[in-house]
Amino acid sequence: MKILVLIKQVPESQATRMDEKTGTLIREASSSVINPLDLHALECALLLKESLSESVEVTCLSMGPMVAERVLREALSMGADRGVLLSGREFAGSDTWCTGYALSLAAKKLGKFDLILCGERATDGETGQTGPAIATFLGLPAITFVSSIQRSGRCWQASRMMEDGYETVEVEGPALMCVLKEASVPRLPTLQGKREARGKTIEVLGASDIGASSDDVGLKASPTRVVKIFRPVHIKQCEKLSALDAEGAERAVDRLIELLVEKKLI
Amino acid sequence: MSKGVWILAEQRNGVVLDVSFELLTRGLLLASKLGVPLTAVLFGSGIADKELNRLVERGADRVVFADAPELASFLPEPYTACLCSLVEREDPDIVLAAATTSGRTVMPCAAARLRAGLTADCTSLDIEEDTGLLLQTRPAAGGNIMATIKTPERRPQMATVRPHSERPAPVVPGRTGELIRWRPEPSLLSSRVRRISYKAFDEARTIQDADIVVAVGRGFKRGENVALASKLADVLGGAVGASREAVDRGWAPYSWQVGLSGKTVSPKLYIAIGVSGAVQHLAGMQTSETIVAINNDSEAPIFLYSELGLCGDLFELLPMLTEKLQARKG
Repeated sequence: MKILVLIKQVPESQATRMDEKTGTLIREASSSVINPLDLHALECALLLKESLSESVEVTCLSMGPMVAERVLREALSMGADRGVLLSGREFAGSDTWCTGYALSLAAKKLGKFDLILCGERATDGETGQTGPAIATFLGLPAITFVSSIQRSGRCWQASRMMEDGYETVEVEGPALMCVLKEASVPRLPTLQGKREARGKTIEVLGASDIGASSDDVGLKASPTRVVKIFRPVHIKQCEKLSALDAEGAERAVDRLIELLVEKKLI
Repeated sequence: MSKGVWILAEQRNGVVLDVSFELLTRGLLLASKLGVPLTAVLFGSGIADKELNRLVERGADRVVFADAPELASFLPEPYTACLCSLVEREDPDIVLAAATTSGRTVMPCAAARLRAGLTADCTSLDIEEDTGLLLQTRPAAGGNIMATIKTPERRPQMATVRPHSERPAPVVPGRTGELIRWRPEPSLLSSRVRRISYKAFDEARTIQDADIVVAVGRGFKRGENVALASKLADVLGGAVGASREAVDRGWAPYSWQVGLSGKTVSPKLYIAIGVSGAVQHLAGMQTSETIVAINNDSEAPIFLYSELGLCGDLFELLPMLTEKLQARKG
């Protein structure tokens, strides 16, 4: 069985910088990590590898600059078998449509997978669109907001966390799933894992390897354009009340109730 | 007829959900600026005209109801196939859906197939004056930046819209419109994914639907103290949310978690209690209409985002607040 895990490298902190001209995020190599939800996806794959009776190969695929090799190596040190990086200036500025398309071409190039996993969204773009797009390009069903995955006979069973409850769905044959944090608890890389990962080669694919042209990937091919990026003005004028003594507490609580009445919330 | 603006309405058990009416508010603004009709598309099974007409009463000029047993509840493949089929046939300019679990699934699948531009989780939508293009504004990177995005050439222009970021369109009594019942051909309805079971959350109200969210954080010190917040939520008719720290400590289930690795909420009132306001948490709640914080650390970042802040001991303030509110209710 073959499982593909899609991994994105994201800035470690939320303090992002952006290119004012192109309106795209500047990704700084020094402080990049694996997108947190992708770690949960990887963990799901590793748990299946350990629990299923058949042998399972876990491949991790990332699209990004060459330095994204590092996050793939981290995935290897956690227990993934193979790391593949899709990289090249042709991909720069790709929106979710183009990113999904490029990753689907790379996935096709790597062969047929029984299951493709990714995090529900990335902490930088926060769109959650690339996973479902890849599923569509590969002709696979997209099972989103997944909180647990099980193999049941020839089927995948997944629990989806929706607005008001959990739904269990089943699919026979390959599928792409976008997982939530609840799906697993990611392991830490072991020393031995790190040592082994150092010896492995990260395969690198470029645009020509996957047959992608500038009509399909990159900024120019992207349907969407970022017009403007700005800092939100969300610092509010806070009416701060000290409620440290009994009298202050009572006054503060009364003011809060008054506000709720003013706003017609009660 | 002009191609117009579409909204993708949602239903559960045959009842049109409020989030659809919020989309109508968005759609009405865009359609009136463009001078085009507003269409509501709904997928379901056997819903009566009377229920469909609620979309007309709140602003839809036309309702297209895709009616089939296979569409009774959300399934990614038939919903995508039916949406794409309608779009290809009628070529709308703009398609809006709610940024819900189903909207955030069907829209990227459809956009991929249609090679359309899609923007996620928008909090503001407008029409660019000289071009007539849809301007889509959304928070990104944990709410640290806002981006305005447009789709210059490809059609339709697609966006998912954050629930509760707009008020539901009001009912206009006697308003009329066209109801179109469409029975999709069987090829559009096939699905490899089967829905086996469904289990509703135990809690009475879910945080994404609630108008009022009472959030608990590390300041609660112990799991059993969370009951204090539940009591307040009950009195207010709201739901309880939690910071990641509270969930990681096992004080609250993951379905309550608000923030980057949890849910995004935008209620009318968000009361953050014992929540410091880490950026990851702020990302999930800072578009709430009114934010109130109770915290014993007067320097906690949550106060920067709050309209009203109470600096004090939550174990004193919270029961007092609950009691006073209860007394008011009588």
